[in-house]
This record gives sequence, C-alpha cells and structure tokens, in this order.
Amino acid sequence: MIDAWLEFCSQNAPALVIAIPLIAAFATPLFSRISEKVRNIWVVLSLLATFRVTATLLHNVLDNGQVVYTLGASVPSLTAPDGFPFRIILQADAMSAFMAIISVSMALIVCIYSFRFMGKKSGLDKYFALLLVMTAGMIGLVTTGDLFSMFVFLELLSVASAAMIAYYSKGESAEAAFKYMVVSSIGALMILFAAGMLYGQYNLLNIAGLAGVIEFTLIDKMALVLLFSAFALKCGAVPLHMWVSDAYGEAPAPVSAFLVVASQAGLYALFRISFTLFGGLPGIATMGWAMIIFGLLSMFVGVTMAIPQKDIKRLMAYHAVSQTGYMLLGVGVGLAVINDMGSLALFGKSAMEGGIFHVINHAMYKGLLFLTAGAIIYRTGTKNLNEMSGLAHTMPLTTIFFIVGALSIAGLPPFNGFASKLMIYESVFLFNPLFAVIAMVVSILTLASFVKVFHSAFMGPKVSKSAKGGEVPLSMWFVMGILAVLIIFFGIFPDVMLDNLVTPAVDALLNQAGYIGGVI
Amino acid sequence: MNEGMSAIVKTMSVLLIMPMTIFGMYVIIHGHLTPGGGFPGGAVMATMMAMLFVAFGAEKSKKFLGKGSLSTIESLGLLAFAAVAFIGIQATFFSNFLANSASYFGMSISYGPNPGYLNSGGVLPLMNLAVGIEVFAAITAIVLVMLTYREEKS
Repeated sequence: MIDAWLEFCSQNAPALVIAIPLIAAFATPLFSRISEKVRNIWVVLSLLATFRVTATLLHNVLDNGQVVYTLGASVPSLTAPDGFPFRIILQADAMSAFMAIISVSMALIVCIYSFRFMGKKSGLDKYFALLLVMTAGMIGLVTTGDLFSMFVFLELLSVASAAMIAYYSKGESAEAAFKYMVVSSIGALMILFAAGMLYGQYNLLNIAGLAGVIEFTLIDKMALVLLFSAFALKCGAVPLHMWVSDAYGEAPAPVSAFLVVASQAGLYALFRISFTLFGGLPGIATMGWAMIIFGLLSMFVGVTMAIPQKDIKRLMAYHAVSQTGYMLLGVGVGLAVINDMGSLALFGKSAMEGGIFHVINHAMYKGLLFLTAGAIIYRTGTKNLNEMSGLAHTMPLTTIFFIVGALSIAGLPPFNGFASKLMIYESVFLFNPLFAVIAMVVSILTLASFVKVFHSAFMGPKVSKSAKGGEVPLSMWFVMGILAVLIIFFGIFPDVMLDNLVTPAVDALLNQAGYIGGVI
Repeated sequence: MNEGMSAIVKTMSVLLIMPMTIFGMYVIIHGHLTPGGGFPGGAVMATMMAMLFVAFGAEKSKKFLGKGSLSTIESLGLLAFAAVAFIGIQATFFSNFLANSASYFGMSISYGPNPGYLNSGGVLPLMNLAVGIEVFAAITAIVLVMLTYREEKS
C-alpha cells in the first residue's frame, strides 16, 4: 500500500511539487476558520509533504538525468505526439531540482520561524496562504519547461511577494510593495513580449523545442535581450536593483529571508535562458560578458551602498545585491568561455560550480542573517542600528548565529561562504586576475560592514530599551540554529554538496542537447 | 449609504437578480463554446452583488454576506478547480478524463465544423464553474471591502 503510494508520488512528482503547496494555500483560509493551531499544523504538514515529494523528484533526477511530465496527456512521457510539443511540459533536470529543494527547505524554515515572530497579528491566514503560493510559484518557475508558464509562475510569485511585502500596510511597506509590483510587472511584460516574439517565428513556446530550432535572427536577439534584462531585474543585479533595498527592508523579516530565494528563482531563469534556450548559438559568449559586468557592478555597488546604511535590514538587502554579483560572475565566466572547450574544462566549469554553489550558500547564510535581524526586531522593536546596543548580554544565541552568518557572508573559513567564494576566486583568476581581485576586495568590504553591525548591535552596554525580554522563543532560535549548523557543516565538508548536488546541476546546465532530447 | 437607496431602486434590483444570475451562469457554462468562461461569468455575477450592495447599503449587505463567508466560497472554488485537475491524475495531472467518455460533458464529436454542443468539452465546463465561483466571491469581496472602507472614512 505504502509502496504503491510512493510509486504514485514518484511518477507524478513534477506535478505534485507544484500542486501540493497550491492546494494547501487554497485550503489554508478554510483551516484557519477552525483554529490557529489547526492552520499551523496544516501549513507545516503540507510543506513537509512538498519537501518529501521534492526529495523524491531530486532523487529521480539524479538517477535518470531529467524528468519530463506532460500535463493533460494520456501518459506523462508523451511530450511530442507528432514531433511537436504543444502541451504544457514540466521538465526538471538537476539544476531545477537543486533550486526546488532550496525553495522548499527555506519555505519550511521561514514558516516555522513565522509562527512566533508573527505572533497574534491579524490576517495571518492570508500570510501563510501567500507563503505557500510563493513556494508554488518558485517551484513552478524552476520546474517548468515552457516559456509562457514561466511567465505565469513568475507573475504568481511576484503578486504573492508584493502582498507579503505590504503585510504591515504602513506607509513605507505599502510603498515598497507598490514599487516591487510596478517593477515586476514591467519585467513580466518584457518576458511576455519576448515569448510572443519567439512564438510568432517558430510557433513554439516550449523551451527545449525552441532551443532546437532557434536561428538567432534579429528578433531572436531582441527577445534574448528582453528576457535577459527581465530576469536580471528579478534577481536584483545592479543597474536594476532599485527595488531590492525597499522590498527586503520593509517586508517582515521572515519574508525578507524568503524573498532571497525568490530572487534566486529569477537567477535560475536567467541561467536557463542563457544556457539552454540560447545556449547553442555562437554569439552567446557575449552574453557571458554582459553577465560578468552585471556581476561586477552588483558586487561593488551593492557593498558600497551597504556600508553607510543605518537600517539593519536595508543594509542586509544591499549585501544580498552584492552577493548575487558573485553568482553572476561565476556563472558568467562559464558562459563567456562556453564555446572554448579547453578554457571551459580548465576554469569555466569550476567557476560555474562556484557560482551555483554560492546560490545555496547564499540562501542559507543570508536567510540566517535576515532571521537574526528579525530576532533583534522581535526583541527591540527597532530596525535602526543606532538605537540598539549590548544585545549580546541578553541574546547570546542570536549573537552566535549572527557571527556565523556574518563570517560566512564575508567568506571566512570554516564557513560555507568561504568554500564557494574560494572556487570563484581561483577560477576567475585564470580568466582575468582583475575580476578576482575585485571579488576579494568586495569580500573585505563585506566583512567591514558586518563588523560595524556586530559592534553597534551586540557590543557595548545594555540599553534599557533593548534589554527587555532576553533570548527569542525556542521555535525561532531552533530554525536559526539549523541554518547555522548547516552553514558550518557545508563549510567543513563542501564536497558533500558539490558532488551530490552542485556538479550535477552544472552538468545539467551545460548539457543543452540532453535538455532538448528530453522533449523532442 | 446606510439605509440604501429608494424603494424603486431596491425593487428593480431585486427583479434584476434572476436575469443577471442566469446570464452569468450562461457565460460560465458555455465557456468552452463561446467567448467568455469562468472569469467573465463570475464577474457578471459579482456585478449583480455590487448592484445589491449599492441598492441596499453596505451595512445591511455585510450582515447578509460577510468577508469570512466570501473567503470560504473563494477557497472552495479554488479547491474544486484543483480537485478536478487531481481526479485526472490516473493518467496525468489535468488530464481530461471526461472527454469522449459518453457520460456528462463527454459527447464525442466528429471532426469538422459544427454548431457547438454544450455536452462536450469534458472537464472544461467543470473548471469554468470552479473559476466562476472563485471570481464571483473574490470580486464581491473586493467590492465589499471598498464600500465599507469608504464608509469608515466618511
């Protein structure tokens, strides 16, 4: 019985990973009419179920290379009945499954943290429903094999995120949410327009199908630029980063931690477009340079904007921009040498591994940092660094977790940020030494900025306002502790992550022919 | 706004309930044949509710249909949509298990032009109905919130 059930879950995993959080979200308002406790149990159980199915999907993908699921067909593998993929196809390769497992793990952590952090505020049924919708949007965005459904899931994610940012519905958070909504809508319309351009030429919306026939006409180039800029906007790379500081800064702290993963879903789409949709074309190496320049700008501008900030969450938001730069730099170097097999094998692939490894590390340590910021806000009620002092006296655990997160983001051993940054430094140095030097300088500036935060928030005498309370409740520090332990674990044993998840993900990104072959 | 509008308006709006509901249901249920479907049909039915709110005043309407029950109806509509998608999972998620099944909405139609048969389409009319319920409840809730917000201000 259980075997049959597991077999069923395994067969339908790509559809279930999207369907479970979505159905759970629809049912959450019903359960919260019974009682709060029932609602909380329901949300955690549904996220655990999603996690279980995502793990099954990951397992299948690592065993078989990729999993294809055709919605509405008579059998899931019937992708192209007459050699033409016309249905909505979900296609998960190692990269998709890697991103999906990050999303659902962070959703679980953020959800448990939110129970006490949000406390008895009103409208929490909508809060948890939207959290689940965001999870569904992210997983859908990373598992879909269809350009139009990518647009749909991105909109789902954006609308849910905007509502979450506006949760406090004060002046600033409403303003931040409005800004986020406008910026995301512009990005989404660019994606829709680009999808229309490609559909008009090839009568296809399927990414694998398009990648097989694309010719790189002028219209294709315009579509590439539109898609590239739209997804760069969604991941918050520098010329398009103006929404990040407001959105991350004004959202409730657990939502900020989750928005980091939401931006990374945009990053995934950027990589998918560059490597899979346009990957086989000779001119794509130029886009690698564009990605490198976006990355360098993000790193440097992000960190220099972060240093003068006085609002702890706004400061961390600018650091998130800066860290996104490392991922763009690492993967961009890989894309710039994609047509040069020698360089790709020598340093391109390890640069990409560094960049992709940094994605999961960033989700962990930036998530942890936003959660510690939330813990500080929970106890002191202020986001202003000048108003907090001596928190190490009353919140020892939060202090330890903050140190772990701060040293990890600065790239110090033995934390996971060091592992991925070292890979980026070493491989980018072979590509261009100057870029590696910039990356290191940015890390030093990051450390300087976090030393400032540590000194002003945790050191010094107790201030009467911040002394009240003490440590945060168990459920809050417990999930922060899980993240801190994972950060140290993957810092000491990076090979566990690299061999099992990151290298297959990079291989999947580079294996464009395999992705196309899965459908056609 | 509290007492609503005059007796003439109230009577006329009550008389209009039936035609508007029927038109909304018509648009929903013919979604797979004609322009329209769940979303426009649900919006038509929400217009009917908006008319009643204006005619009878927001306070009285709130007692009749609160935000809580609207939210429940909305969730039920969405769950119905997902449930229909789930029933097809014996083949694949979203598969049209009713089409050509010779049961409800399962009439087989030969290839070529035809005037459009209501009894075809498989699960599409069911999904349109679910979307219709959801849109009806959601738009009614939005109208209700906007009306009561204006009352609080004035």
